[in-house]
Amino acid sequence: MQTHTYDVVIVGAGGAGMRAALESSKRARTAVLTKLYPTRSHTGAAQGGMCAALANVEEDNWEWHTFDTIKGGDYLVDQDAAEVMCKEAIDAVLDLEKMGLPFNRTPEGRIDQRRFGGHTRNHGEAAVRRACYAADRTGHMILQTLYQNCIKQNVEFYNEFYVLDLLLTETDEGPVTAGVVSYELATGEIHVFRAKSVIFATGGFGKVWKTTSNAHTLTGDGMGVCYRRGIPLEDMEFYQFHPTGLAGLGVLLTEGARGEGGILRNASGERFMERYAPTIKDLAPRDMVSRSMVLEVREGRGAGPNKDYVYLDLTHLPKEQIEAKLPDITEFARTYLGVDPVTELVPVFPTAHYAMGGIPTDIETRVLRDNEHVIPGLFAAGECACVSVHGANRLGTNSLLDINVFGRRAGIAAAEHAQQVGHVDLPEDAPGHTIALVEKLRSSTGGERVAALKREMQETMDLNAQVYRTEATLKQALGDVQELKRRYQSVAIQDKGVRYNTDLMEAIELGFLLDLAELVVVGALERKESRGGHAREDYPNRDDVNFMRHTMAYRHVGEDGQEAIQLDYKPVTVTRYQPMERKY
Amino acid sequence: MTAMAEAPVAAPVAADVTFRIHRYQPEFDSEPHWEEYTVPLYPTDRVLTALEKIKGEIDGSLTFRRSCGHGICGSDAMRINGRNRLACKTLVKDLDISKPITVEPIKGLPLEKDLVVDMDPFFDAYRSVMPFLITDGHEPTRERLQSAEDRARFDDGTKCILCACCTTSCPVYWTDDQYFGPAAIVAANRFIFDSRDSGAEQRLEILNEKEGVWRCRTTFNCTDACPRGIEVTKAIQEVKRALIFRRF
Repeated sequence: MQTHTYDVVIVGAGGAGMRAALESSKRARTAVLTKLYPTRSHTGAAQGGMCAALANVEEDNWEWHTFDTIKGGDYLVDQDAAEVMCKEAIDAVLDLEKMGLPFNRTPEGRIDQRRFGGHTRNHGEAAVRRACYAADRTGHMILQTLYQNCIKQNVEFYNEFYVLDLLLTETDEGPVTAGVVSYELATGEIHVFRAKSVIFATGGFGKVWKTTSNAHTLTGDGMGVCYRRGIPLEDMEFYQFHPTGLAGLGVLLTEGARGEGGILRNASGERFMERYAPTIKDLAPRDMVSRSMVLEVREGRGAGPNKDYVYLDLTHLPKEQIEAKLPDITEFARTYLGVDPVTELVPVFPTAHYAMGGIPTDIETRVLRDNEHVIPGLFAAGECACVSVHGANRLGTNSLLDINVFGRRAGIAAAEHAQQVGHVDLPEDAPGHTIALVEKLRSSTGGERVAALKREMQETMDLNAQVYRTEATLKQALGDVQELKRRYQSVAIQDKGVRYNTDLMEAIELGFLLDLAELVVVGALERKESRGGHAREDYPNRDDVNFMRHTMAYRHVGEDGQEAIQLDYKPVTVTRYQPMERKY
Repeated sequence: MTAMAEAPVAAPVAADVTFRIHRYQPEFDSEPHWEEYTVPLYPTDRVLTALEKIKGEIDGSLTFRRSCGHGICGSDAMRINGRNRLACKTLVKDLDISKPITVEPIKGLPLEKDLVVDMDPFFDAYRSVMPFLITDGHEPTRERLQSAEDRARFDDGTKCILCACCTTSCPVYWTDDQYFGPAAIVAANRFIFDSRDSGAEQRLEILNEKEGVWRCRTTFNCTDACPRGIEVTKAIQEVKRALIFRRF
């Protein structure tokens, strides 16, 4: 075992983690731990753009952006946080440009902007050009640019270091951050990292579902680690299903395709979004578009041999426009479905995409341990965090914005905290929990296989906890997941080595996924309303009287050692926008 | 809009496909060897799907890197039937399944286990060419202006996902571990030809060394191997020309 000491440890090297590192490493001794290599992070898969009211191509301002974000989030957004994000968006984009990001340009040489779902002029009048973009690989360019600037700034990375525990030391004022414990994939060695500040920036957990745009490695580790250490997770029932995944595969096709003029059509060729969102049609927010697509299929208007998808139609757009502005998704359709978007309709269907919920933080990215108290030295940013700027449904492009605005804030806040305090003593037997977790799996002789349990979890979640939910389907999912958790106790791995034991790593990941699947379902069962990405067929309306509040899910361990999820609630911060009916 | 009539679609049929996979477990094997596995696959399945099936259902110790699964993160570069490709972008239908499909680690980087190599030398080469924007003068308050043409000039190189398919397909790189390799030169090119950048001279000096750009023998392996369709060899040639004519 090795022990390292830093001022700030950042867990995760995607957009949020590296944006934080650029700030933190200027001010304090910083290490970035990632279970991958930095450039493998899933920020790189983001395509369409990053919104900021630059007003480079038409009139716009950050207040309109704030309103759209709040309305798009179905009034579960904390409005102070949304205001911060949309105000700081402008500098966030300009900072990236100065770091070298190759944005597409207007004829005047300014950063070009395009339309995106739910982003409107003057509180919903019409779609507005707000998304700054680099073809359809904006996330890729953000990830590369941040990594390049980390190289420039000599940021210290620990690649393929998988963080499995958060160290908190109990004090009279409650728990205080002491560091993290990590498993080095190359050697199997356990490393304790002492730190005054820890930032979690570990991304999402889309692998709970079978059909997902997410990477194999998006298994919610950071959220899982925090949850197991007694930190609540907020709004876990709110998960976004992106409308345009390649049918049957889930591979993402950017909403920017509709921003460029693409149209969704059902089997008979009808532009069905005109019926569901008469004003902005195909550029309605993602939750509405996904529900509309599912309804089209359910009502028999789906396309294909099994009538189980709809079409994304780009064929009316000039070939040059498609190839210049949407080259990557064009290639995905050609490679994986053998369909050429220039001349053919592309089969699409919703795909599990983004967690609105996560580790609760305030607008300074400090992690909350309940509705009032922060844990000194603990920060979170990006998809793993819930500030909450996305509420019940995130608008397209706001995730790339979130990682840059709150990643930056986390880096500054963590470094400033580290400058003010000393290291606390490590808790007793700091690596003990991690060693026990690893050894239990390594020595297990049980008969369950990781891949089989994962597949069963994903199948029940796709079937029962997807775009539409009912009490019956959620109860089914809950029973299934709890049974899988029981079976997980006898999961065994075949790789008995210590070097690059990905078999072991996947078994640990599955443990986190099962915890998170249960949290999604339990939160969804108790939220007896429909809001944003959470659509209950048995409670089709939004219920602001009883449910305009955040869910806070705690891990409760009873005296008998049995663990259970305990739900509590937290009020939504409302500043200037009272809830109103959400029409587009 | 094009016609929407559905052609009658035959249900896709899964066929048994055999993979011949390079195995090396450093703690148990004295040297690498081959093992064969047969799994049922659809023509549209990816090689990565096969590897996941083998790991999940037959032998959990099979070790490889992967993440995004659709050709964007660059984790799963490997040698499939002798060619460098991404396992997640190689479809069964594009391979000859009448014979076993060979899968090996990429060449020229130290072998760690099965299909996993040490990527550090590759990233070290990348880091050494100063792959970041270097500017002088005052920072503007708004964005730097750049014409669409100037932006297009270096577009090709911005597609790079650092998968190492190009570098580890280069015969010079296989035999000379000091050579920067194609990917690092593409990264240098991307900044040398960015109108906002003023670090071209420094980068060119680095690449003018003995182990620099002049080691390239223009075999075009790199261009063939690039899963992102980057004209890698052309990018290297542009750097050579920039060195000769000092024009960029």
